[in-house]
Amino acid sequence: MQLVLEKRAERSATIALISPLIAIGLTIATLCIVFAVLGKNPIAALAVYFIDPLTDGYSLQEIAVKATPLVMIAIGLSLCYLANAWNIGAEGQFLIGAVAGSWLAVKTQGTDAGHWVLPAMLVLGAAAGALYALIPAICKVRFGASEILTSLMLVYVADLLLDYLVRGPWRDPQGFNFPTTAEFDPVATVPTLIEGGRLHLGSIIALFVVAAGAVLLGRTIKGFEIRVVGAAPRAARFGGFNANQLVLLTFAISGALAGLAGIIEVAGPVGHLQPGISPGYGFTAIIVAFLGRLNPIGILIAGLFLALTFIGGEQAQIAMKIPLDVTKVFQGILLFYVLACDSLILYRFRLISSSPKVQSGAH
Amino acid sequence: MKRTLFAAAAILLAGCINSGAWAADKLKVGFIYLGPVGDLGWTYQHELARQALVKELGDKIETTFLENVPEGPDAERAIEQLVRAGNKLIFTTSFGYMDPTLKVAKKYPNVHFEHCSGYKRDKNMSTYSARWYQGRYIQGLIAAKMSKAGVLGYIGSFPIPEVVSGINATMLGAQTINPNIKVKIIWVNSWFDPGKEADAAKALLDQGADMIMQHTDSPAAMQVSSERGKLAFGQDSEMIKFGPKAQLTSILDTWAPYYIERVKAELAGTWKSEDTWGGLESKMFEMAPYTNMPDDVKKMAEDTQAAIASGKLHPFKCPVVTQDGKDVECKGGDHLEDTQILGMNFYVKGIDDKLPGK
Repeated sequence: MQLVLEKRAERSATIALISPLIAIGLTIATLCIVFAVLGKNPIAALAVYFIDPLTDGYSLQEIAVKATPLVMIAIGLSLCYLANAWNIGAEGQFLIGAVAGSWLAVKTQGTDAGHWVLPAMLVLGAAAGALYALIPAICKVRFGASEILTSLMLVYVADLLLDYLVRGPWRDPQGFNFPTTAEFDPVATVPTLIEGGRLHLGSIIALFVVAAGAVLLGRTIKGFEIRVVGAAPRAARFGGFNANQLVLLTFAISGALAGLAGIIEVAGPVGHLQPGISPGYGFTAIIVAFLGRLNPIGILIAGLFLALTFIGGEQAQIAMKIPLDVTKVFQGILLFYVLACDSLILYRFRLISSSPKVQSGAH
Repeated sequence: MKRTLFAAAAILLAGCINSGAWAADKLKVGFIYLGPVGDLGWTYQHELARQALVKELGDKIETTFLENVPEGPDAERAIEQLVRAGNKLIFTTSFGYMDPTLKVAKKYPNVHFEHCSGYKRDKNMSTYSARWYQGRYIQGLIAAKMSKAGVLGYIGSFPIPEVVSGINATMLGAQTINPNIKVKIIWVNSWFDPGKEADAAKALLDQGADMIMQHTDSPAAMQVSSERGKLAFGQDSEMIKFGPKAQLTSILDTWAPYYIERVKAELAGTWKSEDTWGGLESKMFEMAPYTNMPDDVKKMAEDTQAAIASGKLHPFKCPVVTQDGKDVECKGGDHLEDTQILGMNFYVKGIDDKLPGK
């Protein structure tokens, strides 16, 4: 007898839906083993990870704060990936958005600029992100350059540009040479929603983005084009859809959303521009996009879930002295299982009786 | 499913009751670490001090740490998580936590904070740091004696005053032995990046330096020096096992006495916001044994160390001359005043390089 992976005749819709659930179930099972090996009570540990953070307003706010950039970026990425355009450089677009918006905040610092500053910063951030994302898109459409490589490499360019600016021209004169701008003025800061908490306007914007993404994909011709170009390029060509135009469009949208997320993060929770504003949001968002099955609502849930693991991971360090590495292992195995379970959508396991020839050949 | 939920709820409840009971008799002390506890440098030294603290006062306190906390938007949340878990005294152990610590301190006036190496304070937020420049001066003397090429390689993290004053102190020490000593500086723009640190060490050695000094936290540069058969100075912790034939000495961060003192004050209810800047005399840092050098150099180092500790010798004794030949105003009598060292933003004469951002 032999276990083989066999291609399914058609995609299984049921499996497509439950595959992420199986992945989460397997992850939790693996996690329990890890906890047990570490000598921690698995149930108590799981409670700290997944239930405790949901039981008080503070942690819920923090989850929303952490999920906001992830969800915004992932929505944009999902459009790219659906259209078969592989934007891996959202991290760079995030940073460029942060830099472009911060430019205005730095320039208006200490002047009595009015409340137009923040909206203008957000527009600048989104525009810069879009333009930055168009570079790899244009290179792909015009010259056939791999957008995976070019968009990824532009991340480092953005990172170094930010680094240069905060170390040189934009450095806080009172900052003892530390690489940071001065704290932004109140008019250049994203307002918080709840007194004493960190939940900010950006989270509301993220919800709008999710809704807009759902409408675009589900209710508009453009959304239909995006899905057809990705799923059946030949059919799309016969249908007269312009794949190149869609590459440009999805890259621009995705860059704009990443840039917007960048400036919101800087003008919100951070409050000034400095290196290290992103603990890899642009890359984590790729996981969020796939975990959410490239579906806007799915992405919202996936973003919140991943944020929960960050907050829960910290609480596990505090309450149960579980090392941070376990949280990282956890996020890693989650992605591993998601990808593994995804193969079940297109393939299935089957037992077949192996030929005697193979058996004798074994020795 | 229901049963698991019940079990989870029961455990949660038990946990809450339990922690409530703990809070009643034990003081909770929290720590925020920049790197992993196993970085063998900066964070490792804070972790050793925490362990010493637990050994000394373990029956009265309970400690918790969060490691690998980035100096960005996550820091504020991490600190607040410690507050919400009931920690009453919290040590935030890196410069970049300054603004997040201050924000949380303003929000929780009844919790006490200790921020390492910053300059912003509040009623419930102290700062503490060590006068590492004293150790750098001694290293400068040793380096000038031991270097054949007369060229020192220096790996810098960020051009902040702490690091700049370290470079200056090194050069002032070295110049007393060899007035023509040269230094080559590479900024790696990170406190902890073993890959970059090793590359910097290789580049410096390739450029003709025959001795490596570092203001970064990993032992990578020590390993490179050791492989190339060159001498080097460790940083933060004892790095002799990474270069048994290479390490001359190392500046050891010894936070334990300070942590124990502050926690005792908290227990006694006498904690108040202070600015502590301890030197060799207070054992806020120590020098690792002087190794891989002749006896006369070792003796000179020990004598210098004693002179600095007793206050007879000040590394920044006047006149201090800047790179472009100007005398620095002597605000502290016969040496520079502390504020001038804390805000140091110039190179001293003899450094043939440009301070980034100047």
